[in-house]
Amino acid sequence: MALKLSRSDDALLTGKHGPAAQRAMSIVTRMAEVHGASDLMDITGAHIDSTIYIGEAGLEFAERLASLGAQVAVPTTLNVSGLDEHHWQEWAVPADWAHKAHRQMIAYQSMGCLPTWTCAPYQTEMRPSFGQQIAWCESNAIVFANSVLGARTERYPDLLDICCAITGRVPAVGLHLTENRAGEILMRLVDVPPALQKDDSFYPVLGHLVGKIAQDRIPVIDGLAAQPSEDQLKALGAAASSSGAVALFHLVGVTPEAPTLEAAFQHRAPKREIDVTLDDLRQARRELTTAGGEQLHMVVLGSPHFSLAAADREARPPGREIPGHLEPRDGAARQAIRLSSSAGGIRRARDRRHVHPGLADAATGGQAADDELCEVRLLHPRPARCARHLRQPGGLRALCRGRSSRER
Amino acid sequence: MGNVIRGRVIIRGRAKGEVLVSREPLSFWGGYDYRTGEIIDRRHPLSGHIASGRVLAVPFARGSSTTTAVLLEAVRAGTAPAAILTTSADSFFALASIVADEMYAKPIPLLALEPGDFARLRTGARVRIHEDGTIVEEETSTANET
Repeated sequence: MALKLSRSDDALLTGKHGPAAQRAMSIVTRMAEVHGASDLMDITGAHIDSTIYIGEAGLEFAERLASLGAQVAVPTTLNVSGLDEHHWQEWAVPADWAHKAHRQMIAYQSMGCLPTWTCAPYQTEMRPSFGQQIAWCESNAIVFANSVLGARTERYPDLLDICCAITGRVPAVGLHLTENRAGEILMRLVDVPPALQKDDSFYPVLGHLVGKIAQDRIPVIDGLAAQPSEDQLKALGAAASSSGAVALFHLVGVTPEAPTLEAAFQHRAPKREIDVTLDDLRQARRELTTAGGEQLHMVVLGSPHFSLAAADREARPPGREIPGHLEPRDGAARQAIRLSSSAGGIRRARDRRHVHPGLADAATGGQAADDELCEVRLLHPRPARCARHLRQPGGLRALCRGRSSRER
Repeated sequence: MGNVIRGRVIIRGRAKGEVLVSREPLSFWGGYDYRTGEIIDRRHPLSGHIASGRVLAVPFARGSSTTTAVLLEAVRAGTAPAAILTTSADSFFALASIVADEMYAKPIPLLALEPGDFARLRTGARVRIHEDGTIVEEETSTANET
């Protein structure tokens, strides 16, 4: 099937909107041909995962687009950077690496992306709505958007994400189309105790198992008695998209496209049916534990990115002290704290050496108080130019010495 | 493997090299060291193997969408597989190959094989990949599938 381009697609491809859009459109159309798409379609949002500095190629790609004057055509959020941009000196990272990681962040901001720096963009105000066509990258975000929100995104790879954002167009294939969103594999929970189904630890284990079984197919999970929380669904999806390539799951009676078993399969027959037993779950649980010994060396909270609700749960008085306190590493976590604080949800540890509510994963010195932490906030996400400063305990601090290419 | 297998061309190109095959999908993010070309996912059957310059055959790219970015780094560093064989048109590998072409004029040939043909691949076999998607074994090999 030959790819048909609209007049505006053609204008992008022939460079009438500049060299950056032309390059982006060239990549989008070549991918459309790989998928045998007959058309491109509009999107109204994008999420970019190519923000982590891995090496020279990713940086060259971003800076080349930025230097050619690329601008995103739709509201676009950014995934995490590998760099703790304000406190990187406190980490064992070389200055050269930090500098390049920062250049990559600046390149994407200069294209007009919102500096959200989160792998859970569905926890921001950019959360997509049911049926919204988007181009999202980042496996946990993709599966959440499709499954839990009923938004529509393919499983976009890094680098294609920004090309879709610049052109506002995607190949009209896969999960963008209703007929491709039907369940394929039925996984029936058999004799899984209701008490277990309510436990947070159940969902990543189930997700790990779902991903291993479903691989790149669409699983439908039936027989769940509990009503899982959004955080539990997030954990299920994140695990399934890691152990497999799951981009959409249906949970009968829970997720929006699965009010009934028949609806989840769009009234087609499952290609495969599998019973999931407690033994299967125990086996999956064992697979997830790779460490030995009893000594706990590090606790990492927030993968995917901590939610406000999770921050609130962690705010319960902790059972034991750990030395120092932890500080959220990225913007959205700081925002979560700010929101939590203004909603009266933040609880102060009696002792500053307790785990601080809303914490992500960076350990700093033990002096800063809760009040100071609450001051750490990202100014409301706006395009790069406006959000190059963070409010910090010591006042505004520039994100970087350099300036974005657009402002030079 | 048999003498000739015909794959569906996802990204056209010529290559030759030793086959490295597994039925387990692979994530390059956390699974491939682009500095050395080594497969470093310690749960993967190919863990410890060097895929650089070889014809890598995995059913599809599992997990993180960052697979694409890591593969592009490998192309730039000269540690990418010579070609990649999958069982379906894998968009992660395809995109990395397209961007490698656009930026460095070095696309990675990518073919999708029927599952039956994929199962005939044997690690260690030396193959030549042609632009029309045929995979021809160059000499007999005694190596086994990994």
